[in-house]
Amino acid sequence: MDEVFRALADGSRRELLDRLRAGNGQTLGDLCDRLNMTRQAVSKHLGILEEANLIATVKRGREKLHYLNPVPIHEIGERWIGKFERSRLQALSDMKKALEARGE
Amino acid sequence: MSKPKFVYVTFIRATPEKVWEAITSSDLTEKYWFGYRVSAEGKPGDRITAMSPAGQKAHDDPILESDPPRRLVYGWKPLYKDVPNERASRVTFELKSIKGQTRLTVTHDDFDEGSRIFEMISSGWPAVLSSLKSFLETGQGLEPTWVEEEKPWLK
Repeated sequence: MDEVFRALADGSRRELLDRLRAGNGQTLGDLCDRLNMTRQAVSKHLGILEEANLIATVKRGREKLHYLNPVPIHEIGERWIGKFERSRLQALSDMKKALEARGE
Repeated sequence: MSKPKFVYVTFIRATPEKVWEAITSSDLTEKYWFGYRVSAEGKPGDRITAMSPAGQKAHDDPILESDPPRRLVYGWKPLYKDVPNERASRVTFELKSIKGQTRLTVTHDDFDEGSRIFEMISSGWPAVLSSLKSFLETGQGLEPTWVEEEKPWLK
């Protein structure tokens, strides 16, 4: 679990996860596109994310596809968020989103 | 091969044999797969079936590949009420022994473009796999954490 938190402690790595969430199964090239990071830096961040099991990769021909793997994050949620809190948290989160959207 | 839609990986402190048994035996799935009895013990050509806790048939699909305790592939077409009628997609389980643990990779692919079922299942697998890990490591699966009103098809 330490590895997961270490991997998530970096804004660039969270951005890479956001990008995979928006479009799963991207190549290194796809992920570098419109990102203010060198290819080497992206590659290194992806390595750390993979080490923490936050992304899974699949080889397809010469390409390597990257997938967001939410299982470890789910396990963290399971550890600290019980069954009954979840619906209340969801309601609060929906309310926050609705109120913030109104303020835009 | 179409591009996989989901690839999930979890490391479980158990042998591949134990993990294999847990994903194919309905007596075991019932204990962590939120009450579902999933039977996938057959050979290719046999059926994988799943019964919901309420006793409804949830799946009845062909087993496409079975190489215990390494690789299991089956069709995947939910039969729940109110689920869009789409052709079967495909689930692949790959088990690999690494340093006394099993690396379990679940790939779900072969969806049609714009599949609605694809949208519906995205939160299901992480819950099942986390629960499987807890079950094999502690003897106890997890409680379902989804809000039932959001997933009426699971009733």
